[in-house]
Formats: sequence, structure tokens, C-alpha cells
Amino acid sequence: MHTHIIDRRSFVAAAGTAALVAACALAGCGQGGTSAATTGSQASGSVTAVGSTALQPLVEAAAEQYMGKNPSVQITVQGGGSGQGITQIAQGAVQIGDSDVFAESKLPNKSDASKLTDNKVAVVGMGPVANKDVAIDNLTMDQLKGIFTGTITNWSQVGGPNEAITVINRASGSGTRATFEDAVLAGTAVPDSFKPQEQDSSGTVAKMVASTPGAISYLAFSYFDDSQFKSLSVDGVKPTKDNVTTNQWKIWAYEHMYTSTSPDAATKAFVDYMLGSDVQGSLVEKNGYIPVSSMKVSRDASGNVTV
Amino acid sequence: MPSAKGSATASARRADKAATVVLACIVGLICVALVAIIVGILVSGAGKLFDINFLTAKPEQFKEGGGIGPELFNSFYLLLLTLLISVPVSLGAAVFLAEYAPEGPVTTVVKTVIEALSSLPSIVVGLFGFLFFVLTLGWGFSIMSGALALTMFNIPILVRVIQQALEAVPRDQRDAGLALGLTRWETTLHILVPSAMPAIITGVILSAGRVFGEAAALIYTAGQSAPALDFLNLNLLSTSCPWNVWRPAETLAVHIWKINSEGVVPDLTAISNGTAAVLMVCILLFNVLARFAGRRLARRLTAE
Amino acid sequence: MSKPLEKRRLENVGLGITGACVALVVLLVATLVFMVASRGLSTFVLDGIPVGSFLGGTTWNPHQTDASGLPSVGALPMISGSFAVTLLSCLITLPFAIGSAIFVVEVAPGFGRRVFQPITELLVGIPSVVFGLVGLTVVVAWTRGWAGGTGYGILSSSIVLAFMILPTVTSLATDALAAVPDGYRDGSYGLGCTRWQTVCHVVLPSAAPGLMTAVVLGMTRAFGEALAVQMVIGNAAQMPESLVTPASTLTSVLTMGMGNEAMGTVYNDVLWSLALVLMAMSLVFILVIHLIGRRGAAKHA
Repeated sequence: MHTHIIDRRSFVAAAGTAALVAACALAGCGQGGTSAATTGSQASGSVTAVGSTALQPLVEAAAEQYMGKNPSVQITVQGGGSGQGITQIAQGAVQIGDSDVFAESKLPNKSDASKLTDNKVAVVGMGPVANKDVAIDNLTMDQLKGIFTGTITNWSQVGGPNEAITVINRASGSGTRATFEDAVLAGTAVPDSFKPQEQDSSGTVAKMVASTPGAISYLAFSYFDDSQFKSLSVDGVKPTKDNVTTNQWKIWAYEHMYTSTSPDAATKAFVDYMLGSDVQGSLVEKNGYIPVSSMKVSRDASGNVTV
Repeated sequence: MPSAKGSATASARRADKAATVVLACIVGLICVALVAIIVGILVSGAGKLFDINFLTAKPEQFKEGGGIGPELFNSFYLLLLTLLISVPVSLGAAVFLAEYAPEGPVTTVVKTVIEALSSLPSIVVGLFGFLFFVLTLGWGFSIMSGALALTMFNIPILVRVIQQALEAVPRDQRDAGLALGLTRWETTLHILVPSAMPAIITGVILSAGRVFGEAAALIYTAGQSAPALDFLNLNLLSTSCPWNVWRPAETLAVHIWKINSEGVVPDLTAISNGTAAVLMVCILLFNVLARFAGRRLARRLTAE
Repeated sequence: MSKPLEKRRLENVGLGITGACVALVVLLVATLVFMVASRGLSTFVLDGIPVGSFLGGTTWNPHQTDASGLPSVGALPMISGSFAVTLLSCLITLPFAIGSAIFVVEVAPGFGRRVFQPITELLVGIPSVVFGLVGLTVVVAWTRGWAGGTGYGILSSSIVLAFMILPTVTSLATDALAAVPDGYRDGSYGLGCTRWQTVCHVVLPSAAPGLMTAVVLGMTRAFGEALAVQMVIGNAAQMPESLVTPASTLTSVLTMGMGNEAMGTVYNDVLWSLALVLMAMSLVFILVIHLIGRRGAAKHA
């Protein structure tokens, strides 16, 4: 009988704990918005950045450094994808929305983009990659366009071996795909009959290109791995950071951190830190990105490049 | 038709032998394949498995040598919270179904709802969690959102296990309780639940193994980031406080998904394999623990 | 007089607590169904896309509009892809699952309990990502060498899924066989039948409803699996042409797209519609199990 009583007690205790947890949950003691307060020059408060999984490592590393210097600011960095980042910053649910593409291209209502401030924190270069068995190193932009619209289907058509081309595209909403199609297809529509494979994540694309004979896809420079697959030149231009800064290499994009037009002090301080030399000088390049400051050209949301 | 024992025809006996051999081959094949998968995972991650630094350090974003300390803690903390919520609720629901509910429309509806919940794909549960807990309730990517998503996942398994355990308690124990003038509630608390306890505990621990490896439901609820944890920080609203349930928390399974998707660390494969091996060992421990705990408890109860 | 009242109160407390637990579960499920449905239906209600062109259309390209000026959101390629991998993976798993269930129940119960069951239970806990990685490196290469093509497609996914649902189907099939009363077997053996005859003519037929349930539950699992399938199926939103050409499933398109599309866009709405189809299908599977159960009960009565 003794153990029975104990068992009942532990049962009641467990039930009580659950009720407590549930009550707490229902009361909605969730993380509130920012409780930023500015005292002098020292910012404090909490900042949440949500969005692009590609940008996440850089922001996480920067946030870690920043919090080491400013313990009164709490920065939470989360993934979820560019679409989520734009959604949540537009709704005001978070302080920073990370995105691989301009907000204009994601928002259901384009004019909402004017309610956001675009902070371009880095530039990412991307290039075509192919399986090692493909014996060519260069493609013209037209050939690349032909391959990704389905008119060129064999490597022999572009001077390579007689081998079928396996196109591995990126997921249709991904920033990498948007950038690539803007630069390569330049408005040419892909026929509905051409349905190549799609893959969302860069890591999986790298594995697929490395292991699938005749495969072609495209990746950000930071995923290039000469021991696994080869990167291709386009029109004789090599995919290098230097070529990106002069826009000789056309396939590149900004990484954006969107904030509201009037961010609180902590958010502003962190974004300024992202754009400052501590991050731009070291972290950005270590992550395989190109610092915005080294760019000799700039590009706007509609793709116009100015020197 | 043969009418006496041993009168099966020779061909029937041959067929019987052949069938046994074929069945044994099938089972052998499965065992070999399963053991190969399990051993493969353990061996490819063996180098990291006993590396204390790997088990405790925080992950690196782009340098090699990162660990999975926060992920390991998050996995267990999330599991603990999930069980704290789902066990009492499942226990209550199971008691209702096994002891209180009269056969009727209510029971049928409840049973169907629980079955429906068990059949829902984890990605649907995850997306619902994202929509409801993360966005509508405004909890953000957090342990609480993740724990509730996992709870939805876990409840149908637990209810079934507990219900079976309660129904397996001999009829006369129940009758004895009622005959003593105890209410059904008292009978349940003092007689049924204690004697079903070994089976319940085994079931709970086995379900824990299932929850532990779940990723799809967590990517959009508990999030894919693991803030560094400071175990001296007891401020429950701080992101670095391990016990804060409102911080995002990446688990081991989600970590494998994340680094294979967008990871740029040079030792990605080693970390991915190591994490998988650690997960495997945890699940192995759960299984051993479930058997051990069930047997110990059963012995104590029968010895009494 | 106070004693019985006290008892009555206690009984009500018990009923209240357990009833509240049940109500909570029902409420959660109702919320889930409501929220997923309301988002999933907005494709048709808010964006004005006809249900027919969603369920029956074969062109999936929500960023582009078709001849009628509406986005091309034909989900038939994914729906058929999902069904194809589900059926094929079940076909692959079935002989192994039922074979081993027979072995474990009829031939070597001790081995089943001590060795086989623990191993399969371990398999359940392996994260699907790990299955996906193994599939990507081992199964895809194997399929490419053996069946041609790029290796990505329905065949590879079905093989990976077959492994993933094997524990579920096996353990449920084992339960179904074990539930056959020993009296049935004794009767058969008493008539001089061999073990194999007993299994074929007595055990399997009387366990049939249970076995069917095992298969359908396995199918439910396969239908809803996301991460592993996404890595090996190739994700080409085209009608499945063969087992070795890239295809896509509801879950694979959902996993890839959800993070990329902002809430409120047509693309995002359509993804929720895919989730709605997934949810509806799993409810249909449960319905099927109920029907099987009822027919099984009717047969026994």
C-alpha cells in the first residue's frame, strides 16, 4: 500500500507540473517584442533576426562577437528561409529580416518594401558547377541559358563528351535560383515542358553534383570544392571574388538584413556593427562572402548596375 | 484431409521445410541490413563519439572543430518538457478512455481523433506548430513551440500504450477495488495506475526514443539555431539561459539537417556522422533503460 | 450522509480531470485541422484558383501564370508521386515484414523478443535525415548503376522508405499474428497439418484485418515522410514517367518551398493547400483502417 501512495503523489505532482506549464503557456508569457532602452550611448535590449539560412552562419558569428562586447544586448538569430524573414519583418514580428533577395521580389504587395530599410551586409558570388567527368571548363552565357531552359541536353552540343546533361536546379523560391536566373536567363521564360530536378539546400546540391555523372548546377562560391566537382568559367571569366567586384562576373547578389524604417537602438547598433570593419573586414570573408565596401559597382532591386 | 497427427504428406512436409528456410533467410537478411545500418552509423561517427570537446563545445559557424554541446542539451531538455506535458495529458486521456468512457459516440469520436493525430505527417504537425505557436501565439521559434509540436506527436503513441497497459490489469483487481467501496477514481489512482506502471514506464521511454530523432516537426517550431548556453545564467528570460523555454533550440536531429543543408564548416561530414552516432547511442540507451526500468519495477511490484 | 456525497464529488473530480485531458487533445486537433484548412483553402477562396485545376493540373510553376492568367499550380504530379512512392515502398516492405512476423511469432518467439524486436525498435529512432544521407550516397548510386537514369526518382525513394516503414509494419504484423488464439493453431496441428499449412490456412486468414491495418499504417508513414524523400526523389515537378526519372511528392515540394515564400503570396497559399491534401489523405487512411476493422469484426461475429 505504501508504494501506492507514493505513486499517487508522483502522479498528482506530475499533473500539477503539467497544469502549471500549460497555464504559463496559455497566459502567453512568450518572448515579447524588443524592450530596448537607450541609456547614453550604450544600447541594450533584445534583437531577433530571422530568415535566410544561407546568411545565418555569418549573422550568428557576428552576433556572438557583438554580444561579447555588449553583454546588455541579446541577439537571437534564426533560420527559416528568406520568405519567412521578409514575412516576419513586414509584420513587425521581429527586428531584423534576413534575405538573399530584394524584399520587392517576395512581398505580396510590392509597395510594402518602402516600409523597410534595406541593409546590404555582404555580396555573394555564385557560379555554375559540374560533375568532374565533364571535360570542359568554360561555357558561354548563351550555352548556359540553353542548358537551363532545356534546349541543350547533351554535353557534346557545347563541345564536351557525348553525355546527357543532368540539370539540378534550385528550389523555385530560393535566392540562389533567383540570382542565377536574373543573370543567366535574363527574362527568357523556361518552358513548362522542361522540368529539371530541384533541390533546396546548397549542401545537398554539392553532394548531388559530385556524385551524378553529367550533372550541372550552381552554387555560392563558399560551397566550391575542387576535390569534389569543378566550377565553370562563363564567357572566359573565372568565378572569382575580384571579378565579382567589377561586375565582370555577372552572377552575384546582395545579402540583406531588413529592418523597419525606424529601428530601435539595439537593432540599429547591431546593424551598424554588421556594416563596420569588425565584421566586414574579417568575418564576411571568412564566411566566403565579399564585403560590400570592396564592390566597385552597385545594383538596385530591378537589376540596374551603376558604377 | 489428413486426420491423424504426423500424417501430413511428404510434399507438405517439404513445403513446410522450404518455407521455414525462406522465412529464416528473410529475417536473416533484415537483421543483417538493420545491423549494418546501425553499426555503419556508429562506426562512421566513432571518432567523435568519445571526444569530450565535441560533446560539450558549441558549434562553429565556419571553422572546424565545432561541437554539439548546446544541441545535446537542447535535445534532452526538449524531450523532458515534451514528456512533462504529454505524459500527464496522455495518462488522463487514457484513463478516461479505459475506465470512464462508456461505449458511445463520445468515445468513438475521441478514439478517431487520437488515431487521426497519430496518422498526421510530422511535417504537417510542424507547419501547424509554426502557424499557431510560432506566429499566431507569437512565441517565435522556441523550445515551448517545439515541445508542444512534439507533444502532439507523442500523445497518440502514449495514449495507446497507457490504455493497453491499463486494460491489461486483471479484471478482479478492478472489481476488488470497487467492491471495497472505492470510487472508480480511487481504484484508478491506487490500484490500476500502480500496477500498470511498469508497462507505462517502458512505453514512455520507448516513445522518447521516437521523439528524440524527430526533425521535420522541429525545423519550423524550435528553430535551427542554438545560442551558446551559459549554465550559470539563471535569468529565465535570457537567450543564453539553458532553462529559458522561450529561446530557440536546435536539436541533434535538426543539427544534422542544418549542417548538411547550408553548412560551410570544413569538417562537416565528420560532425554530421558524429552527431548521428551520438543520437544513435542515446536511442540505444533509451531502449536499454526501458527494458531495465520495466523489469525492475515489475519485480518490485510483484515482490510486494 | 456526507460520505456518499464526498465519494460522488471525488468521482466527478476524476471524470473532470481525465475529461479535461481528452478535451485538450480534441481541441488541439480541431485547431490544427481548422488552421491548416483555413490556410489551405485560401488558394481557392482568396486567390480564385479552381479546385479542379489544382487537383487535376499537371503543370506546377506557381511563379508563372498560365493561359488563363492564373498561376500554374497543378498539383497532380506531386499527388501521383506521393501515391507511387507509398505503394511501391509498401510492396517492397510487405514480404519482408510479413515474413519476419511469421518467423518471429510461429518459428522462433524467443529470438523475436530478445533480438529482432530491439533491433527494429532502434531503427525507429534513426532520424529521417540520416536515412536521407544514406539514401543519397548508397541507394541512389546503386539504383543508377542497376536501373540506369540519374538514380534520383521513385525507385530510390521507395527503397529508402521501405527501410523506414519496415519497423512499423513488422511490429504491427507481429502483434496481429500473435493475437490469433492458440486454439486455432492447436486445432490445425491436431488435424496433422504442418506449420506452413497452419500459417497459410489458419493464422494468416484470421489475422488478415490486423495485417491490413499494419500495411495501411505503414502507408500512412510513407505518405507523410518528408526529409529523407526530399533528398533522393529529385524533386522535379513532372508527372512520374518511370521509376528512375526524377519526380516529386507533396512533402518534398512542401519542405523545399515553405521557407522561401512569404506569407500571403499565392505560392505560399498553394503550399498550404498541399499540406491540406496531406492532412486529408492521412484522414482517409484512418477511415480505411476503420472500415477494415469493422469488416474484420463482422467476419468474426
